[in-house]
Amino acid sequence: MAKTGENKLSDICIVYDRVRWEEKELYEKAIKLGHKSKMIDAKTLAISTHNGTAYYDFGNIVLQRCVSHYRGLYLTACLEFLDSKVINTYSTAEICGNKLLTSLYLSKNKIPTPRTHFAFGPEVAGDIADKLGYPVVLKPIVGSWGRMVVPVKDKDVMESMIEMREEMPNPLSKIYYIQDYVNRPPRDIRTIVVGDRIVTAIYRYSAEGEWRTNIARGGKAELCPITKELEDICIGASKAVGEGILGVDLMEDEKEGLVVHEVNNTVEFKGAASVSEKDIAAEIINYAAKMAE
Amino acid sequence: MVKAECGECGRELNISDDSVKGEIVTCPDCGSDFEIASIGNNKVELKPAEKVGEDWGE
Repeated sequence: MAKTGENKLSDICIVYDRVRWEEKELYEKAIKLGHKSKMIDAKTLAISTHNGTAYYDFGNIVLQRCVSHYRGLYLTACLEFLDSKVINTYSTAEICGNKLLTSLYLSKNKIPTPRTHFAFGPEVAGDIADKLGYPVVLKPIVGSWGRMVVPVKDKDVMESMIEMREEMPNPLSKIYYIQDYVNRPPRDIRTIVVGDRIVTAIYRYSAEGEWRTNIARGGKAELCPITKELEDICIGASKAVGEGILGVDLMEDEKEGLVVHEVNNTVEFKGAASVSEKDIAAEIINYAAKMAE
Repeated sequence: MVKAECGECGRELNISDDSVKGEIVTCPDCGSDFEIASIGNNKVELKPAEKVGEDWGE
């Protein structure tokens, strides 16, 4: 393929199921940088064990941008079966899409992370919370945008939460992810890690009346300086989950310092782009083009 | 602007020209979400958007 500057031109396919600001930005940036790019609605795809790549053209590389975790995850498995290169890989998507797996991989790779406990039945879940002492944080294993993330202030709330979770039809709701409550300023840090480098870091401040800092919950963004410590932790976290295009979230624990609590697989960067001096979409496209070679 | 009609309450929806297929349009009156199925030549086709799933997010 032709070459412009340092990057070879690629054919970049953006797979989506809902076009957000980020998907438009990535598509427009890819075109602007001279690449071929196309957007494919995942909801229109059907892939069979025997049809090979004949039905679709996924280009040199696929950016998996589905908002539905499971749709993105299993489509990635199919695309990898068809020998397409996908960012992020199935393995990374599986780890990052599941908070339990993320915590295990972070901890195994000695990345500072909040102490987290997994309970596989309602009684032991209650026992663990009692032993830890309240407050604790109860999170669903799969889910995003802070949904169903609950600060459990006392035993009564814990018992109510357990009762509710046991009534929920989703079997994952019966696996309890209980995290130590981290005393932190009313903000967390979101870093965008592309390959082996941090592109940008922002503080996310909670919206008024809200304890969660998610931009999707009205959180506000402010630029965060990238220190050597922050960089080392984030690159370590990225490597622990298999590297790719990731949103590494950290808290400033009053006792432990920086701790990684989440690594996001289909990172949203509208909030970060609003304050960052870096062209995040261009960094992502350049990385995708490099990986396509 | 491209004009469309809310399939739920009938309100006229103004969709900006730079919108693309796959984007979501919300009716300001009734709050229904629609996905742009196709857009071009001053015509837009909408379909009901998927409901937010438990597994949606980053």
